[in-house]
Amino acid sequence: MKLMWFHLMPYTELPDDFRDKNPSVWVDIHSSLFDPKRAHLMYNDFMDELEYAAQCGFDAICVNEHHSNGYGLMPSPNLIASSLARRTTDTAICVMGNSLALYNPPTRVAEEFAMIDCISGGRLIAGFPVGSPMDTCYAYGQNPSILRDRYHEAHDLVVKAWTESDTFAFNGRFNQQRYVNIWPRPIQHPHPPIWVPGGGSVETWQWCAEMDYVYCYLSYYGYKVGRATMDGFWNEMSRLGKDRNPYRAGFLQFVGVGESRQHAMDLYGESAEYFYGKCLHIDPRFAAPPGYTTEATQRMGLESQVSKAASYADKFNKLAREMDAIVDNGYVIIGSPDEVAEQLREVATNLNVGHLMLLLQFGNMSKDLTRYNTKLFADQVMPKLKDHFPGWEDRWWPQPMATGQRAEVPAFMPKLAAE
Amino acid sequence: MSELETLTVDVNGFATRVWRKGSGPKLGFLAGFGGLPRWVPFLDELAKSRTVIVPSLPGFPGGDRGHSVLDTHLDWLLAVRDLLARAELDGADMAGSSVGASLVAEMAALWPASVRRLALIAPFGLFDEADPPTDPWAQRGDAVPGLMCADPEIWKALKAVPEGANSIEWPIEQTRANEAAARIFWPLGNTRLEKRLKLIQAPTLLIWGEKDGVIPRSYAERFAKDISGKSDTKMITGAGHLAELDKPGEVAAAIIDWTN
Repeated sequence: MKLMWFHLMPYTELPDDFRDKNPSVWVDIHSSLFDPKRAHLMYNDFMDELEYAAQCGFDAICVNEHHSNGYGLMPSPNLIASSLARRTTDTAICVMGNSLALYNPPTRVAEEFAMIDCISGGRLIAGFPVGSPMDTCYAYGQNPSILRDRYHEAHDLVVKAWTESDTFAFNGRFNQQRYVNIWPRPIQHPHPPIWVPGGGSVETWQWCAEMDYVYCYLSYYGYKVGRATMDGFWNEMSRLGKDRNPYRAGFLQFVGVGESRQHAMDLYGESAEYFYGKCLHIDPRFAAPPGYTTEATQRMGLESQVSKAASYADKFNKLAREMDAIVDNGYVIIGSPDEVAEQLREVATNLNVGHLMLLLQFGNMSKDLTRYNTKLFADQVMPKLKDHFPGWEDRWWPQPMATGQRAEVPAFMPKLAAE
Repeated sequence: MSELETLTVDVNGFATRVWRKGSGPKLGFLAGFGGLPRWVPFLDELAKSRTVIVPSLPGFPGGDRGHSVLDTHLDWLLAVRDLLARAELDGADMAGSSVGASLVAEMAALWPASVRRLALIAPFGLFDEADPPTDPWAQRGDAVPGLMCADPEIWKALKAVPEGANSIEWPIEQTRANEAAARIFWPLGNTRLEKRLKLIQAPTLLIWGEKDGVIPRSYAERFAKDISGKSDTKMITGAGHLAELDKPGEVAAAIIDWTN
């Protein structure tokens, strides 16, 4: 199986009384809480951490897109990904992803992803989320009633821009362009693998099956809550006559590795409580713009992941924010390397997920602790999981240029002050 | 007064409900935010002296998924124009509330011969940065009833699942009404109606709930100032945004008085 290292890039210095004094971490979080000079250090730490994860041997490093968000400092994940493309050599770069309906024209996504694919020598995974309600409808003002149609049209345009060799006119419902002809073109043929992060919408499952794309469930609530969604996904796949290749799916899981379970509890408690207490403090009024959740999904009795988060926070206000409950509920998997490996093997098996996206930095976790968690995982957990799912082919993984053909990227050597 | 008739007309291929009741000269009404999932006392008040005709807007209760093919403002205006003609309201007096009022104003601006006299209850369509409307789509569920009506129980009763109704489809239909309103007015409620107000020649009564928490009262003055036809403004004491639901008798009397 594939083990992928994911960074959300949370602002790590939200005040202790953040929950009491602020209605939401997202959309209307106050600018006075953001110190750009502190963010300078955070960004550089975070990028160091992603590069370190690549060095440690993770199969991919992952970034994502959020707007007006105190736990996600990447309005443009492409900026981070382009830097990572220069500072890593063999690791896949997973941009998870670009919310297609937010780009005008959407050919911008085709261009930027093609650039990253070229710079990295063909290592890009192209993620296409619809985007959360907070990001798309509130922070970016997109119409919730039109968002999904726009998303699908933008997808069609991007794929055509990648694959059509001649200049063409695009006569869409929402986008009209007389001359579509992107330069550069992606290295990967016919285009970088497309992965689709989604909540629990039936239509998304069906679409991924139809298009042969990877479906990713990026839940902050761990494997116990994720089980129902992934079961729904696999049931739909078998209904549609698709095989159970685990590489059709991706799943996000928080993990903290220590010498023992207690050691891990002590090490990661503060960071986990910071994330679940402050970073998921989302005002429910931004969770459910009408039209965002399709009527078919409403009928299925499913809510979007985010409205679940908001109502969950309402319902189990205290429980879910304390480390014991966070671990008991399965939000974060902790333990010794052996214990973590055992649990993750079980998660991968039960959810039938071949692409495990790991949050080994979360909340206000320091750079030192992040490196410790990452290294311990790479050295002692990863070897126990690598061979899981033998016999299945990952048809959705990047196909980079051969190593010998790729540019030599000179190592970055800052001048030391002493020199 | 004749019995309530429920007719169906076709708008862009969607079966669209038209209610009709009463006798006397025709008076059309386009409902406000949330639409009309059931008949309300306000319509009975109008039907006492008029033939009241209530077409459902696309996507609102009775309007099927008609909103789903309307991508631009022009699409909406043509759909409403078509709807009113099919409901046999061409040339009639027209009243509207909230989102419906905004569309009634548009009809009067663009097709002056299609309406006689107008009554607009707290229309959407304008946006003043110094005095912005409340965002009706960013509300906790329990805040909506009190935002729409001065008496939240009236809104709750309007939206409650009737006995025997499909308990899954009913809430989906109510969400669809909010979506349809969002489709035309997201994110600010601003359709640049301001640019077209001067085209309105019809005599226009502006009605505002004194406790309207959605569209500020100052907007009544903006409408009155820019509309070319003669206008008057009536405040309804103790009423919220959907004043016709809070004070059906008073609002109906004002409309009947203005259009007679």
